[in-house]
Amino acid sequence: MSESSRADVQIRVEGLYKLFGAKAKTTMARVHAGESKTEILAATGHTLGLRDINLDIRRGEIFVIMGLSGSGKSTLIRHFNRLIDPTEGRILIEGTDVMKLPPKQLREFRRHKMSMVFQRFGLLPHRNVQDNVAFGLRVQGVKRQQREEEARRWLKDVGLDGYEEQFPSQLSGGQQQRVGLARALCTNADILLMDEAFSALDPLIRSEMQDQLIELQARLQKTIIFITHDLDEALRLGDRIAILRDGALVQVGEPRDILLEPADNYVESFVRDVNRARALTVDAVMKPPRYRITAHSIDEALAQMRTLKSDWGYQVSDSGAYQGILNRNRLEAAQQSGGDQTPLDQLLESVPGISGKVALEEVLPKTLNTEYALPVVDEQGELQGEVSRREVSRILSRQQQDPEAAPEH
Amino acid sequence: MSWLTEMPQMSRADMLTLRQTLDGAYRTFSRQYGDSIEAFFNPLLQFLIGFERLLLTTPWWLVLGVITALVYAASRSWKLSLGVVVALMLIGWFGMWEDTMRTMSIIMVCTLLAIAMGIPIGILMAASDRARSVITPVLDVMQTMPAFVYLIPVVMLLGIGRIPGVIAVVIYAIPPVIRLTNLGIRLVDKEVLEAATAYGVSPLQRLLGVQLPLAMPNIMAGINQTIMMALAMVVIASMIGVQGLGQPVLRSITNQYFTLGLLNGLAIVVLAIIFDRVSQAYARRAQRHMGVRDS
Ligand SMILES: Nc1ncnc2c1ncn2[C@@H]1O[C@H](COP(=O)(O)OP(=O)(O)O)[C@@H](O)[C@H]1O
Ligand SMILES: [Mg+2]
Repeated sequence: MSESSRADVQIRVEGLYKLFGAKAKTTMARVHAGESKTEILAATGHTLGLRDINLDIRRGEIFVIMGLSGSGKSTLIRHFNRLIDPTEGRILIEGTDVMKLPPKQLREFRRHKMSMVFQRFGLLPHRNVQDNVAFGLRVQGVKRQQREEEARRWLKDVGLDGYEEQFPSQLSGGQQQRVGLARALCTNADILLMDEAFSALDPLIRSEMQDQLIELQARLQKTIIFITHDLDEALRLGDRIAILRDGALVQVGEPRDILLEPADNYVESFVRDVNRARALTVDAVMKPPRYRITAHSIDEALAQMRTLKSDWGYQVSDSGAYQGILNRNRLEAAQQSGGDQTPLDQLLESVPGISGKVALEEVLPKTLNTEYALPVVDEQGELQGEVSRREVSRILSRQQQDPEAAPEH
Repeated sequence: MSWLTEMPQMSRADMLTLRQTLDGAYRTFSRQYGDSIEAFFNPLLQFLIGFERLLLTTPWWLVLGVITALVYAASRSWKLSLGVVVALMLIGWFGMWEDTMRTMSIIMVCTLLAIAMGIPIGILMAASDRARSVITPVLDVMQTMPAFVYLIPVVMLLGIGRIPGVIAVVIYAIPPVIRLTNLGIRLVDKEVLEAATAYGVSPLQRLLGVQLPLAMPNIMAGINQTIMMALAMVVIASMIGVQGLGQPVLRSITNQYFTLGLLNGLAIVVLAIIFDRVSQAYARRAQRHMGVRDS
């Protein structure tokens, strides 16, 4: 416990290999000798599901695992709750090696520690919505009244108030997946596994569900492992993203790392047709503010600009709040017209600060409308960074410099 | 070179010894264990007799009322219930009430036995591929071996009467329940099973809460077939002393009573239709949420 919580790592995967086939153990020699998935399949009929996976997943983050179909995403996520046993390697959850759990403890672990949402929902068709949501609690042996109360509460949370008595077959796909989500949340497990949970849904419903997940996550702070083959979804949800190819990890990083510094051509081909303006948030591309001024008079401001070697700067109050932009020409003009004592407030150009959380797309017009780099401020109004028109256009135009064929997927 | 023109054949003497050895061995076996086996089946026999007597001594209108109530409870269909009343009244009108009750009693007992043994065997078969590879050929033999053949050892062992009849009927009728229980469990949606496992079900919770309910459409189909096969055995079973609608049919064959045979045959058909419709209606009602469409 202490060891993992110190690093805030909740799930650690070490040297994980999975080989599907009757003689997996003996065939591992070929894997270690570096043979490829195709070679091994051709020679032995064994499918390499995962190759040397090492991962740290932190408490409270949404960790997205992405890859093309067949890349091993489902195989990987099923190792966390041991729906699949590894051929080699360790999975540590809060320091506990799940491979070492005897059957009974493994069941307890599954009941309380993790819950899972499935691509095709995996609901019990002969049970109504309320019973489906309460399923986990029922398995735990929670009393009927209590589990039904809980189930109703979570149904309300996912927006299915009043559907308690319906059966899964009477619901739409989106509604069924809300039931699946409510079922997962109902056990209060702090790790949530979601295997392509939204992939079977229509785009519109899907984005609704993504919003809902983000909203719930802001409140619940679970550790969510989310699988998808859709980069837009990965970028939208992921605090960090891992990219799998043929069972091996090719890159793990924050969305901006994946977008701006793809590790290889495979990742590159994924990100090539992403709309970066939409996928990147302001704080992913902002730079530290270069010209920060904390002046109380025109003289002071001009002096600070001279040291900064700049014609303008962000005026910041003593309490650290961003005030506006000061321009040297304007200050000098005011000085010459004898207004030495004009309060600085009256000379500020009001360029509103932007939030770091919004998509680049939203601030794009603003960067074009001003000659200054836009100030990025946090919720308290403090100056966090700046986004210049040049930086934005550099990031966005990198895309157009790759006029290669469309990516494979 | 006689084997070129004629199939090589074992000598008559060898054949005779083979038969005598096997027959002798079995006869010794049945002499030695016949009594204890009979004693083993005695409770079942008492139950059969009691159940039959209950159906026969209760006033006909009460039996009819109970049957109709059961039919309605299972099917929730007035039309079907009314049809059952009319059909049973007609059977009574033609003087076949008692035989019908006897047949019904033995069919119900056989079906219950077949279900009680068949479902666990089917579960075992679904749980283990090895069990399946052993049981499947046995089922094949049970279904293809002419019923008369396995009547012989049963009769040698237990003589003529209800118990050998029940054994013969159950052997003949049990394979569909077993097969379809196995199939149903194996066809359970993998993702639903995974979900159950992910939430930490115990093996028993998985079986009772997920596998059996989801396999139920198939199991019900198996039960339905089992009932039909049991009914089909009624005439053959009557050859070894099972009373009921089969015996008049048998008499009609030997004496060429066409009408008698036809009427009793029709009564069997009526029973079959009742059992079939009721079990199907029940199955449909029980599974109306499982994507099973009304057919
Ligand atoms: N039970 C299994 N037996 C054999 N091969 C499997 C099994 N499960 C998955 N695989 C193989 O492992 C690879 C990864 O599969 P999977 O994890 O389902 O991919 P994804 O979820 O990324 O589409 C595929 O090549 C697949 O064929
Ligand atoms: Mg998958």
